[in-house]
Parts: sequence; C-alpha cells; structure tokens
Amino acid sequence: MIILGIFGITLLIATYCTYAERKIAAFIQDRIGPNRAGPFGLAQPLADAVKMFFKEEFIPANAHKFLFVAGPSLAMLTACMSSAVIPFGNTLIINGNHIRVQGIETNIGLLYIFGVVALGVYGIMIGGWASNNKFSLLGAIRAASQNISYELAMGLSIIALLMMSGSLSLRQITLQQGGEFLGLSGLDWNIFYQPLGFIIFLTCAFAETNRTPFDLPECETELIGGYHTEYSAMKLGLYLFAEYVNIIVVSAVMSVLYFGGFNFPGQDWVRANIASDPTLAHNLVTILGIVVFFGKIFAFIFFFMWVRWTLPRFRYDQLMRLGWKILIPLAIMNVVLTGAAILFWPQLKAMF
Amino acid sequence: MNEIPEVIRTIPLNYYLFLSTALFVIGVTGVLLRRNAIIIFMCIELMLNAVNLLLVSFSAYRSDPNGQVFVFFIMAVAAAEVCVGLAIIVMIYRNLQSTDVHLLNKLKW
Amino acid sequence: MIQNVFYFLCFLTLISGSMVVFSRNPVYSVLFLILTFFSISGHYILLNAQFLAAVNIIVYAGAIMVLFLFVIMFLNLNKENETHKSNLSKFAAVIAGGILLVIMVAALKDVDAGTYKAEGFDSQIGMVQNLGMVLFKNYLLPFELASVLFLVAMAGAVMLGKKETGERHF
Repeated sequence: MIILGIFGITLLIATYCTYAERKIAAFIQDRIGPNRAGPFGLAQPLADAVKMFFKEEFIPANAHKFLFVAGPSLAMLTACMSSAVIPFGNTLIINGNHIRVQGIETNIGLLYIFGVVALGVYGIMIGGWASNNKFSLLGAIRAASQNISYELAMGLSIIALLMMSGSLSLRQITLQQGGEFLGLSGLDWNIFYQPLGFIIFLTCAFAETNRTPFDLPECETELIGGYHTEYSAMKLGLYLFAEYVNIIVVSAVMSVLYFGGFNFPGQDWVRANIASDPTLAHNLVTILGIVVFFGKIFAFIFFFMWVRWTLPRFRYDQLMRLGWKILIPLAIMNVVLTGAAILFWPQLKAMF
Repeated sequence: MNEIPEVIRTIPLNYYLFLSTALFVIGVTGVLLRRNAIIIFMCIELMLNAVNLLLVSFSAYRSDPNGQVFVFFIMAVAAAEVCVGLAIIVMIYRNLQSTDVHLLNKLKW
Repeated sequence: MIQNVFYFLCFLTLISGSMVVFSRNPVYSVLFLILTFFSISGHYILLNAQFLAAVNIIVYAGAIMVLFLFVIMFLNLNKENETHKSNLSKFAAVIAGGILLVIMVAALKDVDAGTYKAEGFDSQIGMVQNLGMVLFKNYLLPFELASVLFLVAMAGAVMLGKKETGERHF
C-alpha cells in the first residue's frame, strides 16, 4: 500500500519537474515560460503527456526491435525501483501500531540503492546500441564510461559517511541525525561532519543523473540527441521521465545521508509543546517531518535546475580528469581523514 | 529473528550441488564451443559464479560465514581479472582487428 | 511457495546461462549473462545472504558487465561475423561438456552433502555486521592482499591500454 503511494508521489513530482524545469529556465533567462495550458500553465505536463502518447511510435528499420523497446523501459524501471527504500518519514502511530512511512526497511538499503543506480546505465546503453546509429552509440559509450568512473568516487565518498554511521540502513542513518547540534535538536546533520564528502557526492550525483554540466551522453551540439537520437513519442518520454525520477531519488538520498532526512531543527521542542497527547504529538511531528523532507527534496531539485541553466558543459577529457584525478583522490583523502578523526576523537575532545 | 529460511528447510543441499554443476558445465561447454575471446571470458565468469553459488549455499546450510567471505574474495579477484583481461582483449583487437582466439595460435605474430 | 520460487530461479539460471553460450550476437550474450547474475542473486536472497546478493549485483551486473558491454560496443563486435568452428569440433565440444556433466552428476549423485542442523543454526550470518566481523578479524591479511592485487591490476590495465607511439587509431 505504502509502496504504491510512494511510486505515485514520485511520478507526480517527476511530472511537475518538467514544468518546474521550464519555468526555472524561463526565470533565469528572463522569459515567462509555459503559461497557456491552465492557470500559470499548470496543465502543461498533461498537455505534454497527451502529445507524447499520440505521436507516432517509430522504430528505425535497422534497429534491434526488442532491445529498442527494452531500453527506455529498463531506464524507467530502474529509476522507479530505487525510491522503495527511502524513508520519507518517521513512524505514524495508528491504533497503537507503528507504521513506517517507507516502502521497505532493509539493513542493506544503501547497497540496494547503489545496485539499482548501477543498473540504470543499461537502459541508456541498450537503447543507444539498439538504435543502430553512430551518434546513439557514441552517447551510450559516453554514458557507460561516465557512470563507471563517477560511481567509484560516489562509493568512496559514502564510505567515510558509513564509517561514522556504522549502518547501511537509510532509516538508521536518518535517526542518528536527530540529535542536538548547537543546542537545537534534530540538527545533528552529517553535512557538518562530512562537508567534503557531500561536495564529492553532489558532483557525482550530477554525473550519474546525466545532468548539465555532465550531460555528455545527450549533448546536442556534438551528438544530436545522444542515446535518444532515434527515439520518439512515449519511448523518448520514458527516457526524459526516468531522468527526472533519478533526480528525485538522488535528491532524496542526499537529504537522507547529509541533511538529516525527516529531522528538522527544534523537533524535540515541537514534540513537547504541540499537543498534550503523546501519540498525537508524535504523529504531528512525523507529518511535519514528511513535509520538511519533501521541502529538502524540492530544494535539491531546484538546485539541479539552477545549475543546469548556469554552468556550461564539460569537455569529455575534462570530465574524465575531474572524475579520476581529482574526485577519487579527494574521496580517499576524506576516508583517511574521517578514520583519523574517529580514532582520535576522545583526545580531540579532551583538548578543547 | 533467527528462524531457518524456508528454502533451507525444504530444498536438500544436493539440489544446489546439481544446479551449480550444471552451470559450471555450461561454462565449460561455452569455452570449448566459441571462438570469440570475449564470449570465452564471459563463460569463465559463468564458471566462477557456479562456484560462488555453491560456496554460499554450503555456507548458509552450515551457518558458517567463512564461505561467504571466500565468495567476497572471488568477486574481488574476478573484478581484477576482468580489468586486465579486457585490456588484453582490446590490445589483441588493435593488433589483429579481431578477437578470434584461433588467430592467436602462433606464439609470435 | 518458496520451493516454486527456487525451481523457477534454477530454470532461469540454466536457461539464461545456456543462452550466453548459444546466442550468436555478443551483446545478447552479455544481456543473458546479466540475467544469470540476477537469478543467482535471487538464490542468495533465498539463502538469506543479503550482503552478497547486493554485492553480486553491484560488482558483476553493475561494473563488470558494463565493462564487457562497453568493450563490445567500443570494438564494434556486434556484427555476427564470428567465424564458426567446423561442425565436427562443435560436436566434440558439446559431447565433452555432456560427458563432464554426466561424470559430475554420477559422482555427486550418492554424495551425502549433509543438511542443516536445527540447533545452533544462525540465519544472520549473511548480514553485513557478521561478515564484516569475520572479514576484518580472520581474513585481514587476504583483504589487504586483495587491495594490492587491485593496484597491480589497475597498473597493468593502464599499461596495456596505453597507445604505443606511432600506433594508428582505429
């Protein structure tokens, strides 16, 4: 039940991401953006969807038919699968039962997300190869090498965080961040301990979701449309949609890992003062937490779009140099620093 | 929490033995049958995975974690092997414009 | 119920495993190999070895097979131009494989592989905490050696992949 709800909400947000992207692009470029369909153009995603559905489903003559269709489907499938383990909120108490606002709670949550993200590249590679087009193939090859390179740095940046948390469960990691920091409860976020790790993770997240400045697999000026050159109608729609779902998932993962997930500053004070009934207070805090969590996700999505319309694209060798020669050594240094800090934490504390 | 997984209670260990044997034999047949170096390489991966499966099933039935640690090491070694092996295949392709192993039967070009 | 899942996974493993060998197109071979890895991960989950299931997907399906696919696309091997062996040697290969299977099954048929012991059974051995303890206590030296192996492999791959001077671009 909850998992269907989570899928529905993810897809709904992804739909409106297309609208938000166009509005933000318009704002940054001093234009108005979509404003014809419905009030403020709010029905624009629906109009786009209708257009996508009614276009001709075209399959090139020399394409591998099965793989050509399997590519976008795989991209969409892997994008949707990863939202299952994200804890959107703490427990709701209904009739004395604790109900977790999370699809599946597993003790390998982070590994699961990594596995699914690693599979995401197959959708692009298969689609690009099956199109039987040189530009598509180049896009697919770029996507593969880019994803492999940046997955390494991403994994290494997470290891430093895992050394602190000691758990792979996303829920555990979130709950650990609910402590006090600077006298405010619920602000003990990992970003204050792992700023370098966060920057590495953020950069890799941009590369993994193929967003500008790392959108070389679909870079229009060099490769026409990259891996989706030959795609049209809803198959193209699925590729574009999968990209937005990936952005949502990666934003959620970043909020969970570094920005405290559903914890918000002052939550213990709110819990103590909002209602006299402890059950009601707990539920209200949980709902506030869900709202705050979505707020964090939207903030990250906005950041993704902001960067897209601000920074130019990297060149391919610059991309590889950044990944292998800068991010990976930095991530390893971060792991060593974190290890030293954990080892000498008692002495450090005694010094101050 | 500590209940025995249903598959361990209902499936005899011998079935896993036969399954991984069959998978291993498929890998061996592939190595003998194909001439493309990359496919031969993939068949070796298949054999490694047959062994992994057997190690994990023994480890789970005997509740002995050592087997699973071995599998972890096999995966690590397989990753290293693939990285060098594919580099060699790319090298062969550069020199011969083919990955057919039968073109490599002379020890010097 | 779980039994049916087990039989289905066995079927999937063997079918996709043989399709790796018998597909004409290398790209299809890679995709079937990925399917095989998925079904093997399914087996791991049934056996409650969750950590290995996840690592199997990440390492094999997520990294190794992407490399394979990358090399196949990169070398443009997707044309089905593999010169095939003569029918005689194909026949010999299949016969040899079949004989190996028969011998192995005959040898393993009467093996008493034993079974689980209900008392002292620990279903949590496949969890991350447990494996981490064993790995970093009993197998620390092999673990460090594996990292040296990776370093050597990386250096070797870089050296092999480097273009020699004067070599033409393909």
